[in-house]
Amino acid sequence: MSEQELPRLYEQMVLIRGFERMLEDLFRRNLLFGTTHSCAGQEAAAVGLMAALAPGDLVTGHHRSHGHYLARTDDVTGLLAEIMGRQGGVVGGRGGSQHLCGGGFISNGIQGSMVPVATGMALAEKIAGSGRIVVCCIGDGTLGQGVVYESLNIAALWSLPLLIVVENNQYAMSSPVARTVAGSMTARAQAFGVEAAEITSNDVVQLLTQARDVVAQVRQACRPFFWVIHTYRQAGHSKSDDCCYRTRAEETRWGLQDPLLLAGSQLDPPLKETIDQRCARRLQESLAAAQGMPMAEAL
Amino acid sequence: MSLTCGQSIQQGLLQAMMTDPRVHLLGEDLRDPYGGAFKMTKGLSTRFPERVHNTPISEATLAGLGIGMALRGLRPVVEIMFGDFITLIADQLINNAGKFAWMYNDQVSVPLVVRTPMGGRRGYGATHSQCLEKLYLGVPGLLVIAPSYLHDPGALLCQTILAGKGPVLFIEHKGDYGRRVAAPEAGMIGCWHLRRGGTFCPTLSLSATAFRDDQLTVVTYGGMVPVVLEALERLLLEEEVTAEIVIPSLLAPLDPQPLQASLKRTGRLLVAEEGTLTAGWGAEVVATLLSAGSGGGGAVPVARVAARDLPIGSAPTLENRILPGVADVVAAALALTRN
Repeated sequence: MSEQELPRLYEQMVLIRGFERMLEDLFRRNLLFGTTHSCAGQEAAAVGLMAALAPGDLVTGHHRSHGHYLARTDDVTGLLAEIMGRQGGVVGGRGGSQHLCGGGFISNGIQGSMVPVATGMALAEKIAGSGRIVVCCIGDGTLGQGVVYESLNIAALWSLPLLIVVENNQYAMSSPVARTVAGSMTARAQAFGVEAAEITSNDVVQLLTQARDVVAQVRQACRPFFWVIHTYRQAGHSKSDDCCYRTRAEETRWGLQDPLLLAGSQLDPPLKETIDQRCARRLQESLAAAQGMPMAEAL
Repeated sequence: MSLTCGQSIQQGLLQAMMTDPRVHLLGEDLRDPYGGAFKMTKGLSTRFPERVHNTPISEATLAGLGIGMALRGLRPVVEIMFGDFITLIADQLINNAGKFAWMYNDQVSVPLVVRTPMGGRRGYGATHSQCLEKLYLGVPGLLVIAPSYLHDPGALLCQTILAGKGPVLFIEHKGDYGRRVAAPEAGMIGCWHLRRGGTFCPTLSLSATAFRDDQLTVVTYGGMVPVVLEALERLLLEEEVTAEIVIPSLLAPLDPQPLQASLKRTGRLLVAEEGTLTAGWGAEVVATLLSAGSGGGGAVPVARVAARDLPIGSAPTLENRILPGVADVVAAALALTRN
């Protein structure tokens, strides 16, 4: 069933990749300020996960959440305008890349700080009996933060509908995961009695299939779940990062597992071409729209 | 006989829970039979078993839970057992609760109340005696409220919870829990004439001369109020020094108006607080009043009374030397008025 959805999933991934590439280009042309954290290489995790959610489910994100937001809301113009500091941005230019709120999605830029917030949201949904679940997206680096474990403990004790998704993109800034995470990621959650699973994949269909199982389990059992997706951050940590701490050979190896490559190679070339062009056109239209908006001024 | 401040807080929580089913309490050891370390939630879990949540010792997550619940339409009230532990919730209050409404373009609100007891003079030592609220002054988006025993603390708490204006850091004082709420009679509290300014968080002003002939303005708040009142009653009787006392209950953001009005009448300013001196609330009060150009600008004699910049010693002899007492307020006021 997930296979039939491949064109739509591929299109979302192309859109996200194109979005991140467009930001790089805008930076090069001095048309952006600040910084950005590209999720290029991790699109399948975001797209597979979001495709498994129900419309009312809630998602929390972090500094590297363009993909999460776009996969959840499809709001290209709103996100671009936000990053460009425009009044028409998702939060009127007040938040920027890391601080988004809309369409049941909310992100903030402090590592791990949204985990307790997501846990509280899950408690509220349980109290309301809404049947909604809360998905809390974090990365391998955030596993160093203590509040993650405080929250796991409470989510387990109170049996909350909370899905914590760890995208292990292999690096916390420049630090490889082997230098920052001791032991097993899943065993950490299991120690709290929280069920956990892990998958090494950039295959969006495979990820969607597992995401559906995990999401259904959280919703039906009203129990927390800890899901680790091992993937790869193709870009540097942020725009100023030249990746001097890793080898080109490693990048090439993971490049063979590029999620767009994996999905695109399964599509008929004309269909793939049509999708690629449609995404490129949408991005250009969004750029023109965002550029036409006034800069944020209102305090 | 009026209620104690502690009983008033208990009543305020009960009233809020009876009025609004969205009010939930979270904290360590809140449920019966324990009812909270200072018993402020006694009876509430029996009455509202689904709405009082005992948590593990995880203050940072406790504050975050409250934020998440508030975002989803509840009215959480989080108890931090000792005010000293608010260091542990700094990230949640500063980077999440305080920022969300503005940073997300007013698309969300965070009607969260975090309440906690501050204050010393009980021999609890350096980590269970402090007044740390100054660390949270000037955090955009965060209200810091601190009633005194002259305010009705429970009524103010109930009103704060139900108003849903949050996020709010609501500062109680351990020393006040056993102290009776002072109810004004015919506009007087004892020998003091009382004026009440503001509606949401009142600023109280006291004067023994009916605001006609006072030599200085003493600005103070919370658990320091009984110390200041004792000092000023002594000054009045023994030295014939008269003072207006101005007692805000909203510490931040500060409403300077009633303070300016008083300073204009008296021309001398003393600020007294129980927290440490350096970068304290008093520094902000002084700066605000002098830079506003009220009461004669730079010519205003100013003094501050506060705790010494030391950890609070455990021995009563040390604690008394470190925390500001009646004698400190008397000495500072005398020095100002003889100036």
